[in-house]
Amino acid sequence: MNQSKGSIVKVAGPLIVAEGMRDANMFDVVHVGEQKLIGEIIEMRGDKASIQVYEETSGIGKGNEVISTGAPLSAELAPGLLTTIFDGIQRPLEKIKSISGSNIARGVSVTSLDHEKLWEFHPTVSVGDKVTAGDSIGWVQETSIIKHKILVPFGISGEILSVSEGEFTIVDDIAEIKAEDDSIKKIQMLQKWPVRRQRPFKTKLSPETPMITGQRVIDTLFPIMKGGTAAIPGPFGSGKTVVQHQLAKWSDVDIVVYIGCGERGNEMTDVLHEFPELKDPRSGESLMFRTVLIANTSDMPVAAREASIYTGITIAEYFRDMGYSVAIMADSTSRWAEALREMSGRLEEMPGEEGYPAYLTSRLAQFYERAGKVICLGSDDKIGSLTAIGAVSPAGGDISDPVVQATLRIVKVFWGLDSSLAYRRHFPSINWLTSYSLYIDNADAWNNKNISPVWSEYRRKFMHLLQQEAELEEIVKLVGYDSLSAPDVLVLEVARSIREDFLQQDAFDDVDNYASGKKQFGIANIILEFFEKSKQALAEGANIKTISNLPARELIARAKYIQEAEIDSYLADVSAALDEQLSAAAKEDSAK
Amino acid sequence: MIKEYKTIQEVAGPLMLVKNVDNVTYNELGEIELPSGEIRHCKVLEVDGSNVLVQLFESSAGINLDKSKVRFFGHGLELAVSEDILGRIFSGMGTPIDGGPELIPEKRLDINGSPINPAARTYPSEFIQTGISAIDGLNTLVRGQKLPIFSGSGLPHAKLAAQIARQAKVRGKDDKFAVVFAAIGITFEEADFFISDFKKTGAIERTALFINLANDPAIERISTPRMALTAAEYLAFDKGMHVLVILTDITNYAEALREVSAARKEVPGRRGYPGYLYTDLATLYERAGRKENSKGSITMIPILSMPEDDKSHPIPDLTGYITEGQILLSRELYRKNIAPPIDVLPSLSRLKDKGIGEGKTREDHAGVMNQLFSSYARGKDAKELMTILGEAALSETDKLYAKFADEFEKKYVSQGYETNRSVEETLDIGWELLSIFPRSELKRIKPAMIDKYLNKNGEMR
Repeated sequence: MNQSKGSIVKVAGPLIVAEGMRDANMFDVVHVGEQKLIGEIIEMRGDKASIQVYEETSGIGKGNEVISTGAPLSAELAPGLLTTIFDGIQRPLEKIKSISGSNIARGVSVTSLDHEKLWEFHPTVSVGDKVTAGDSIGWVQETSIIKHKILVPFGISGEILSVSEGEFTIVDDIAEIKAEDDSIKKIQMLQKWPVRRQRPFKTKLSPETPMITGQRVIDTLFPIMKGGTAAIPGPFGSGKTVVQHQLAKWSDVDIVVYIGCGERGNEMTDVLHEFPELKDPRSGESLMFRTVLIANTSDMPVAAREASIYTGITIAEYFRDMGYSVAIMADSTSRWAEALREMSGRLEEMPGEEGYPAYLTSRLAQFYERAGKVICLGSDDKIGSLTAIGAVSPAGGDISDPVVQATLRIVKVFWGLDSSLAYRRHFPSINWLTSYSLYIDNADAWNNKNISPVWSEYRRKFMHLLQQEAELEEIVKLVGYDSLSAPDVLVLEVARSIREDFLQQDAFDDVDNYASGKKQFGIANIILEFFEKSKQALAEGANIKTISNLPARELIARAKYIQEAEIDSYLADVSAALDEQLSAAAKEDSAK
Repeated sequence: MIKEYKTIQEVAGPLMLVKNVDNVTYNELGEIELPSGEIRHCKVLEVDGSNVLVQLFESSAGINLDKSKVRFFGHGLELAVSEDILGRIFSGMGTPIDGGPELIPEKRLDINGSPINPAARTYPSEFIQTGISAIDGLNTLVRGQKLPIFSGSGLPHAKLAAQIARQAKVRGKDDKFAVVFAAIGITFEEADFFISDFKKTGAIERTALFINLANDPAIERISTPRMALTAAEYLAFDKGMHVLVILTDITNYAEALREVSAARKEVPGRRGYPGYLYTDLATLYERAGRKENSKGSITMIPILSMPEDDKSHPIPDLTGYITEGQILLSRELYRKNIAPPIDVLPSLSRLKDKGIGEGKTREDHAGVMNQLFSSYARGKDAKELMTILGEAALSETDKLYAKFADEFEKKYVSQGYETNRSVEETLDIGWELLSIFPRSELKRIKPAMIDKYLNKNGEMR
């Protein structure tokens, strides 16, 4: 490796310039100063290299040494990733804590993964087998629910010469492969991959299976597919982070990578404390067993924020390559964009919109394009998917913000959070009139087949009712409530029921925080049943006031708090109560 | 041996360029000796070859390019701390200004601190009773939280902050507590209001004050909150105290930052504030919290006045993205004589959910809170409709909601600055107000809670 040594000529915050760096490569990782702060070369002019430093640069001055490692910023990929919390450049925070205490000191040097821990390796190939890059040669039971497959690294193929079984560290040799050119490659569990480069795959497919999130407003109205991309923009206090946490908790994927990018420290602590306690509704095991956390909190150095997104997606791609469905949540991409802006400003680049660099859109696009459903490398055509969900924090909550606009041009699902809903404590505060999902047709097809053939019809009815409500509200604002006809009032009442009894979902309630497709359909069904039966009762002479105050409506409102196991019988009871009360209403009111 | 330089090249606004220096590092502290012998302070902003760009903390008046001397200390800006800082008053740069004896420092701490490892934080969940219903009942404060007050010019944020400082306590505990107060560019009168309030209640003995008044050097304001937070960290994490930090006014801080940024000709972000304003504010706010290995905590109440009462102005906007909620004061309520004029709907405490409920406050807290919020929101809508169309246009239910909104503001929010309500009193007032509604409207509360608490506080309708 060509290690080049330079010396610092300029320090301006997280950006330093060093001379004597002619031998270094663009995007090489460098060590800066005596404390060996980690940095990355982002610009070269002659023998001068501009370096963004991932740690606070106080105390660095002219003449300090800069040593290039000759390698780009890379992620360590091997067993040990799951349940761990890393910082933006994949240093394990628990380990840093044991070295430097509760605050993060500078220049802490640790390996990303534990190189000494022994893992039980189970080979699935035998001597003489032909393997190519991406093939699995065995697995490690990393957590009780995830088998970590050990893949043949990219660029290697040939015949297995030897393979071992038993306990190994991630740096021990576990197999030897004789390549086509007769060279012998030793394989370890540990692979390294430069984070800024997309990991290769065979073919990209279009996403067809919805990612079930257990959140009614998402699954029913604005679904996302496995392999899809979504953005959640919203002003502060509108519940972006709660939505992201809900998705990280309940999405039916195999692996979740959660990136806290420039967000609050306590939020990451919350995840760290809460996830181990929560049980995955499908496997019954702790949610932490499938989760990788990356935290660059807002008080950590800004340059590492830029890297954290790439570190996260590289880890996610690695699991995708094993044939798993992976979801990555980035909260928030605005902080990442701001980090880009800050570095761009210090490089004295010509700014684009609102000071953001002109390459903001292309960088964002590169990130989201790493998502997708793919046929992985390897001879067995594993199918993996990577779903990317990014929160965006627009300045002033204004979605004309450049980051929001650039994101919306790329992603397929838009969950627009609305502060006026949040003030009303309507959570999740996803605005049903502005949000959209371009996957709606695919999702309808899947739901019609797997949950109920009338799913798509119900969804359209819901949207129609909500749309009608918005129009009627306008009329009410102009001429008052009394001027509405009884059927219009009924529409308002049903729409209110949709909003309050269906769309609102309490993330902090033990039952309501997750609703299966079946339960979602059940509640939707009972609301529409109320609508249809009330229309009939109105025609038979019932008074709209009686219908509005029907006692059974309270039962509909309680449905979301009913356990999955009891929901069917509960809804049957509600349906019976509706019948009885509405026919009684029709009889009594028409008699008056 | 500290080298002296007489090579000042240029002075422009708060910036100064010094030539031909060596061994000077980024963020290093320096001092300038004027021909008169007067000493000023500065900090290195940029090292470029043998030139350094420094930021002056005080005025540049009197600096002579040829005759002034510059010295660099080889370390960053530090604060000398010991337990004796309580009861003392310091300048914005951390020197005692109360005429008392010099402090004998236990140690010197870099005022920039270092990021807290999220894996070493303890999630804040200890309920702080402030005695203010709009906060305790609806936007609950917990130990280790950072909860700013978004205010405007002329609104009584100082009274509210003083009331919190006076009344805040964790129930059933008698821990050591302290207040750290940083005045950042506020007027003498406002600072004096706080000081005399602390004196009146005796809290002054447990308070460290860092004062940078409106007529003190503006650039000094960049270090004032860091001084205060360094003191707070020392008291909390070294001495195990529970520290309440009040920073007022963050808007002045951000303006000082903008001044330096503009002088450096940096590409401005929104409204001329630097692009790194978010990061910079975060390095202040994120110093609040609790840590695993320490008993103490830092609870932070930054106060900021929103220019034109505009919540989307960069300062409140970025603050809201970092802090764990906000208490918003409303001019409309203030005009209505609601005291404190807390607008509960856009106010928020993000950490409330883990700080309330059985064993912390009372089992019905969450339900009552959600019900009050949504009923008040609907009540305000109804009232808006009423002003356009008259009362007749409202449905019967909406009339109830309109009535509720008025009662809520009068009885629940408006309690004055002297009343100290226990959380039970707050919850009971909530139930009393909710008894305006028929039971079927109380959708946010579990039926068991309604059975238990509603009847206790009034007849059902």
